[in-house]
Amino acid sequence: MLTLYGAEINSRLLLGTARYPSPAVLSEAVRQSATEIVTVSLRREMSGGRSGGTFFEMIRALAIRILPNTAGCHSVAEAVLTARMARELFATDWIKLEVVGNHDTLQPDVFGLVEAARILVSEGFEVFPYTTDDLVVAERLLEAGCKVLMPWCAPIGSAAGPLNPTALRAMRAHFPDVSLIVDAGIGRPSHATAVMELGFDAVLLNTAVAGAGDPAAMAAAFAAAIAAGNQAFNAGLMEPRDMAVPSTPVIGKAVFT
Amino acid sequence: MKLIVNGEEHDVAAETLSELLVLMEYEGNWLATAVNGELVHREDRFDRSLKDNDSIEILSPMQGG
Repeated sequence: MLTLYGAEINSRLLLGTARYPSPAVLSEAVRQSATEIVTVSLRREMSGGRSGGTFFEMIRALAIRILPNTAGCHSVAEAVLTARMARELFATDWIKLEVVGNHDTLQPDVFGLVEAARILVSEGFEVFPYTTDDLVVAERLLEAGCKVLMPWCAPIGSAAGPLNPTALRAMRAHFPDVSLIVDAGIGRPSHATAVMELGFDAVLLNTAVAGAGDPAAMAAAFAAAIAAGNQAFNAGLMEPRDMAVPSTPVIGKAVFT
Repeated sequence: MKLIVNGEEHDVAAETLSELLVLMEYEGNWLATAVNGELVHREDRFDRSLKDNDSIEILSPMQGG
């Protein structure tokens, strides 16, 4: 059982809602993934409320938790205002906080992220910060009041998989009691298994599912991969060795002359 | 009155934010609004008066990751 800001969650997979071929495909992917949390954005409404309304009704029909995000925000002011508007719309204190710092990598502006997190926590928000794998930034976010951290494992949409497992391992070791969710960069179920084997609590995905040939089948594959990685971590994984170690006992071995 | 609505200039005779939404045919309870960078709650739109050159943001839920 995963606990996020006091909410008990069964699935360790969180799904983004962008880039699906159709709303029906998105709904089926959500169903097959068994996710209990989807993340949703806010954008300027250009058609009198009709386009947002259609999407809103579809998302609400899924009857699962919504994690609004501040995707695309490049400043603290923009992210904070978007978070406030998201709370107005979705009636939740949860916010996936993104403050973009680099156009090419969409790497978080970690300084702005900490500043925005501090403001939002003071207003009662429960912040899920999209951050890098930097331990010092993680410390600052926790000091700001975040109870969950969402480090990247590779740039958003890159499908590159965990580029720095050492940093992710260090993050897990330094913050054993903090809920850690890998967000961004996962491309394959095996990537998700790998980060779960490091002891992460959950994975947030979007493009790898939405862009698959069969998004619903891929969502199910990710759910299984994440569950396997979590089960393996809890079971205690063997550490790699440089030398061979015989698995069969030597004692009692026959000697032929 | 000249207003900037979602980044575009409009000439709208609206004295309040709620009037603006009606005149520009924005409907539904899935809209979030801000004026000059400050959130205006749904229940405050009737009392939020507008003036020339105000910048209004009208957001709604969209797909996102």
